[in-house]
Amino acid sequence: MSDQRASGTIVGVNGNLVAVRRHGPVRQGEVAEVECGSERLMAEVIRVDGEVAQLQVFEDTRRVAVGMKVAFRGELLSVTLAPGMLGTIYDGLQRPLHRLDDRQGLFLRRGAQAPAVDLQRQWAFHPTAAPGARVQAGEFLGWVQEHHIRHHVMVPLDLRGSATLIHVADAGDRRVDEVVAILRTDDGHERAVTMQQRWPVKRAIDRHERRLHPRQRLVTGCRIIDTLFPIVRGGTACVPGPFGAGKTVLQQLLARYAAVDLVIVVACGERAGEVVETIEELPRLVDPRTGGSLMERTIIVCNTSSMPVAAREASIYTGITLAEYYRQLGLDVLVLADSTSRWAQAMRETSGRLEEIPGEEAFPAYLQTRIAGLYERAGLVELRDGSTGAVTLIGTVSPAGGNFEEPVTQATLSVVGAFHGLSRARSDERRYPAIDPLESWSLYPRRIDDDDPAWDAAVEFCRTTLRRAAEVDRMMTVVGEEGVPLGDLVVYLCGELLDAAYLQQNAFDELDACTPMDRQKRDLVRIHRALTMEPSLPDKVAARRFFASLTDAFYQRNYCAPGSPELVEQDLRIDQLLAQVGPTATRAGAA
Amino acid sequence: MMRTHRGIDTINGDIASVFADGVGFGELAVIRNPDGEESLAQVVRLAGRRVALQVFSGTRGLSVDASVRFLGRPMQLRVSQQLLGRVFDGSGRPRDGKPSLDEGEPVELAGPSVNPIRRRLPGRLVETGIPMIDVFNPLVESQKLPIFSEAGEPHAQLLARIGLQARADVIVFGGIGLPFDEAMFFQQTFEEGGVMGRTVMFVNTAADPVVERLLVPDLALAAAEQLAVAGQRVLVLLTDMTAFADALKEIAVSMEQIPSNLGFPGSLYSDLAARYEKAVDLPGAGSITILGVTTMPGGDVTHPVPDNTGYITEGQYYLTDGCISPFGSLSRLGQLVVGKATRDDHGPLMNAMIRLYARAQEAHKKLAMGFMSTETDARHLRYGELFRRHFMDLEVELPLLQALDLGWRTLAECYEPQQVGIKREVLQARWPGEVTP
Repeated sequence: MSDQRASGTIVGVNGNLVAVRRHGPVRQGEVAEVECGSERLMAEVIRVDGEVAQLQVFEDTRRVAVGMKVAFRGELLSVTLAPGMLGTIYDGLQRPLHRLDDRQGLFLRRGAQAPAVDLQRQWAFHPTAAPGARVQAGEFLGWVQEHHIRHHVMVPLDLRGSATLIHVADAGDRRVDEVVAILRTDDGHERAVTMQQRWPVKRAIDRHERRLHPRQRLVTGCRIIDTLFPIVRGGTACVPGPFGAGKTVLQQLLARYAAVDLVIVVACGERAGEVVETIEELPRLVDPRTGGSLMERTIIVCNTSSMPVAAREASIYTGITLAEYYRQLGLDVLVLADSTSRWAQAMRETSGRLEEIPGEEAFPAYLQTRIAGLYERAGLVELRDGSTGAVTLIGTVSPAGGNFEEPVTQATLSVVGAFHGLSRARSDERRYPAIDPLESWSLYPRRIDDDDPAWDAAVEFCRTTLRRAAEVDRMMTVVGEEGVPLGDLVVYLCGELLDAAYLQQNAFDELDACTPMDRQKRDLVRIHRALTMEPSLPDKVAARRFFASLTDAFYQRNYCAPGSPELVEQDLRIDQLLAQVGPTATRAGAA
Repeated sequence: MMRTHRGIDTINGDIASVFADGVGFGELAVIRNPDGEESLAQVVRLAGRRVALQVFSGTRGLSVDASVRFLGRPMQLRVSQQLLGRVFDGSGRPRDGKPSLDEGEPVELAGPSVNPIRRRLPGRLVETGIPMIDVFNPLVESQKLPIFSEAGEPHAQLLARIGLQARADVIVFGGIGLPFDEAMFFQQTFEEGGVMGRTVMFVNTAADPVVERLLVPDLALAAAEQLAVAGQRVLVLLTDMTAFADALKEIAVSMEQIPSNLGFPGSLYSDLAARYEKAVDLPGAGSITILGVTTMPGGDVTHPVPDNTGYITEGQYYLTDGCISPFGSLSRLGQLVVGKATRDDHGPLMNAMIRLYARAQEAHKKLAMGFMSTETDARHLRYGELFRRHFMDLEVELPLLQALDLGWRTLAECYEPQQVGIKREVLQARWPGEVTP
């Protein structure tokens, strides 16, 4: 960090962009404070042009005037990394929202400042390293317990090269700003280590041994994702969709049910009401993996659509940096960024004010690079002690007019590992989740960490049937049902059954909202067996009647708990239905 | 701090520049022409000593000899009960010939956002007496909903009716770029309907300055916010938000901003969101509910204005062929009140009625294409006709509970109980007549 801190004087204001005549050296990306009366407004250097630096202010610039003073902080836009962040709701600059109230206690106060974690709280520190050890950035010195997480205290991540540990504090209660260790760096300086450290958000935390090829399934509990378009720990996915197609509900489901250690929700430029729903809901729900509340494994970074635009751009970086920190602790983290389009639009607004030459739809020419750079920060890594940690990033995209040809969707599609495209047609028909089974894709291998031929065959059957059913459906809109042969109608009805009883899920039903992987396998294999038994159906009326009952039975089954008498009853009903139409169906196997 | 400067340097579009010191961004100024005419103006850009001002009443006739007085503060509005029953223009001046406001603490327009964690989860129904709203897409207190409409549709009548019938303590009306006749229509309707006493109107007609179109939503919402903080349940009606967006475009272009889609500024989403997000349910105080009319140019919902609006608001009402369409219309917050703040049969009944109406449409299409028609199709067709007459007709006014009862009677008139796809317990409790197992 630079020792010399520059100052400056404002010479121009254009929206949230201020021009500053600088006295002293400044850095690109350096944070500064605009002194507007008694308020201190945070800003960031985004362009330097000789003596004049352009700063984007992270707050409303009302009343900022030419001649006002600016103090540069000598630090790039950074976050604090320490125990005590879990369950907190931050703004895009990592200020805890519960500390940003104005006098009325309702509105956000401009220029408010608050530490990211509670500095008074005592943590029971347990040392694990001994003096004399040679250490590198990111190595563990001790730990504190935070909810279900063993939060390791690390050698500062910005340490260059190696250092010798010359002191470690004894076990006992410590605040995050108390010294818990002292290092001697190779150039002879002593450096005190506390439980908190700072890291610039636009730089990836890369203090691991190596990046690994991700190939472990991340179970989301959403059948269409896990079965047809899986994602992996350390992978990336995008969820584009027009408004009203169910992006938000899908994100909320992932935040609730994804099998990970930690979830970081970045509410970027979306409705404040959705954050309220999340805040009301998560503390009430129990995490089946830990027994604690789901809020204890969640951090929300919240820059809703009426909060300042410049901080919106920062919010996604804040979220991913927090995730990288926890990955460094050996944890498995899921980042949900809703929505990356608002983030891209924030870049567009700033780019426009800087009068940069616009690219497609006025987005800056570097849009693609920034999007690629963001998704590249996800990944599975091996840490120096041989353990692994992962950051999985799922971003929603809100394409203008619901048209996937627009620049943000296209730039995103070229870098992500899975595409869960939401379709207006499906949401209009209330087929939720409205992920289009024909358009979506996943580059991750379908057989991720298992070897089960029956399951493979069932998944393959599901894909083929859905495709053929869609073809028959198109044909029927032209020639009517009377124009297609019985065999084709059966294919179509099989497709409808798979859709209604397997791909669709009721987000508001406690049981159906999340299906564990083993149940997904059993259920799909059972459907597969039932549908491949070649029923003898005399005519189309009989076919429709048979499939209506079968679909209903499989559908009702989704609402039955494993091992419950209701499930047995539905299975019996299915067996009876199959027995009526085919000789080979009797031993379809109860789940 | 009052500072007066004589002489204007440049005039370009509605922007005038002067040289001055110590002026704050967003500050308000009064420009006085040598002929005595005055207009408000707002600082929109500072570059050295050059101050760019957006002149509210436009720059036509503005003299380079005019004087500029800076007021040392951004635009404000005095909010008190005194506002009620009054009509103002887009600069906040009386339009009704009555005196200016002198009560109430002045508040800045477009103030800070409510802290997201201080919002209350919405859960109270705003009953409007319009079955397509109350039954199928209920309006919830603190919701923001646009009416997606087209030229020629009766959106003004619909909005005025909601104003008259909705249960709200205060109505704040914002008219943006309205034809004079339409502005008069709203005022007369509110007066004749007896709600003017709890209404405040901010009106900018199509003949009024464009810059003032931008201020109307901010004035309306600043008033609404103060009244809500004071405990009132406020309903804000804004029409037409497309005219607001067009004004944004016009001014952005004259400020030489780089346009994104169809000439609209890249900030269109944030600009619209900043207004709609004022809708809020405040803990221990009142609430703001926003209904806005967005006319879709060419009926195209993918046009940037309705498209961005759809991403911001919590659902939408589609007004097509003089009715609120049962398909596409959506109240995202409906699930928070249906069956909870209403009656337990509301949810299943509403879903079944929409599903059956979709069948009725299919049967209708089948008939038109000459495919075979069955006995069930005949039932669907009859139901479709009754549904349009009893529920979709905008003239119908029914309290919610009566509308639900009518829904059951309509179903019973057309179908057997096992044909409607409703759970048995609900049928047994509500079906008019015998439900045989």
